[in-house]
Amino acid sequence: MTDATVNIPTAAFRPGTSDAEIEAAAAKAAAHRRHTVTFWRLGILVVFLALWEIAGRTAWIDPFFYAMPSTIAGRLYEWITEGTSEGPLWYHLYVTMEESVLGFVTGSVAGIIIGVALGRNRMAADIFSIYIKVINSIPRVVLAPIFIMILGLGLASKVALAFVMVFFVVFHNAFQGVREADRAMIANARILGASDWQLTRSVIVPSAMSWIFASLHVSFGFAIIGAIVGEFVGSRYGIGLLINIAKGSFDAAGMYAAIVIVMVVALAAEYLMTMVESRLAKWRPQPLHETQ
Amino acid sequence: MAAENTAPAIELINVSRRFLSPTGKSLTAIRDFTMTVERGEFVAVVGPTGCGKSTTLNLVTGLASPSAGEVRVMGAPVKGIDPRIGFVFQTDALFPWRTVIENVMAGPLFRGKPKAQAQASARDWLARVGLARFEQHYPHQLSGGMRKRVALAQTFINGPEILLMDEPFSALDVQTRVLMHEELLRLWSEAKASVVFVTHDLEEAIALADKVYVLTAGPATVKSVYTIDLPRPRVVAEIRYEQRFIDYSRTIWADLKEEVETSYARAAA
Repeated sequence: MTDATVNIPTAAFRPGTSDAEIEAAAAKAAAHRRHTVTFWRLGILVVFLALWEIAGRTAWIDPFFYAMPSTIAGRLYEWITEGTSEGPLWYHLYVTMEESVLGFVTGSVAGIIIGVALGRNRMAADIFSIYIKVINSIPRVVLAPIFIMILGLGLASKVALAFVMVFFVVFHNAFQGVREADRAMIANARILGASDWQLTRSVIVPSAMSWIFASLHVSFGFAIIGAIVGEFVGSRYGIGLLINIAKGSFDAAGMYAAIVIVMVVALAAEYLMTMVESRLAKWRPQPLHETQ
Repeated sequence: MAAENTAPAIELINVSRRFLSPTGKSLTAIRDFTMTVERGEFVAVVGPTGCGKSTTLNLVTGLASPSAGEVRVMGAPVKGIDPRIGFVFQTDALFPWRTVIENVMAGPLFRGKPKAQAQASARDWLARVGLARFEQHYPHQLSGGMRKRVALAQTFINGPEILLMDEPFSALDVQTRVLMHEELLRLWSEAKASVVFVTHDLEEAIALADKVYVLTAGPATVKSVYTIDLPRPRVVAEIRYEQRFIDYSRTIWADLKEEVETSYARAAA
């Protein structure tokens, strides 16, 4: 988050206006602004969905390829209440989430540990940087067939793919965060008596934390990509499989419905992450005005 | 042991320090630098900007080692970071993710003291610098002067026998600075530490110190040493209006001015 402050339009106050009046006016203006934002946000969504629906119904776009909000909602309802052709929706969702979360956790832990270790050791960083660059240049999704060949159709191959998607992003940020740690702060800790390990644990890692968090935000999305791509290439369960089957049976509504599910999950994860971050980062200066 | 106890707190003997620039050129920061700080003495080091004042402090901490010459602390050569040394930085070196009390506790905890003891001692030090009410605040919630007080408490809690200060108050406004000077002198007289105070502000140097070292434009070496014979305890806010203070000021400035001009001319060239 940047420290953007909200410009509350200030009315001209006559001399003698009390603080309470100024505050009340500011609160009113802020509430008004919030309502306007919410109104437009919802309005744009409604208009977009309505246009889509109308375009589909009037056959201006072909609903066979583009589906319509109503058929997508219908498909979602059907999946939720009756389950999919491949079994209950919740089980597929559970499998995909399990793969993503495992890949995300292992990938980010490994990324943080190796990033911090190499960030602290210049020699090792110089030696390994070339390999990391080389491996990083591989588009991760091409590894999917290899992982499936080696690890099979089950959980392991998807976790491995999610892992490599997450690892490099987190690694780079952890490494950079360690490098950017303030020199005076490090010198201060050392003179205060910190050993190398204490320095890493209580100065380097916390100061790299904002960098690491920035990467965690995007990398959960990457973990989901890894899991779903893995499911495309070969799997028995998962949202990726649902999309694949919908594609095979030209079920546009099913594909969009699966996308909606992934969207909801990714947004929920992002929300959760922001909550955790703001808890951990309560030491950071807050912007003066805050709106929800 | 008895002989060691009387050795000066800090000795720099014909010290030179070269370092490599990013382009691989060898630069000399200080050369043939000789300085002695007695136990309990307050020494100020003044010199033109960028002449290598901070380098002298880094040599004493052990964060940097001399290219030639010898650095001795309490009679023994410096090997690594000495636990008897405290350092107050020019920039904010507090840990922003820790509360005020956690910042002050850092030193004792790093040195393996039990948490309860560290906490009690941190409370005591925060009270001494007048920040008892701000224990649970984070550094960003404090003013610059308050953050400097936290930094002082953080340093003094370790009971340093040697206190190194690298332009610690240069970022503060003038009023706060004078208050901090009083604070520092009070803490110093209680702790009986030996102090090296690097500054570019001559008046600050004279007001605080027993001895003022004037350095030449870089590479720095000692140009002259002045003993400041003003009675203690000093009232920093008022001492600057005393005739003897003004005399010192004028004499030392005449000396320092040449170096500042040399340094300025070099930068402009």
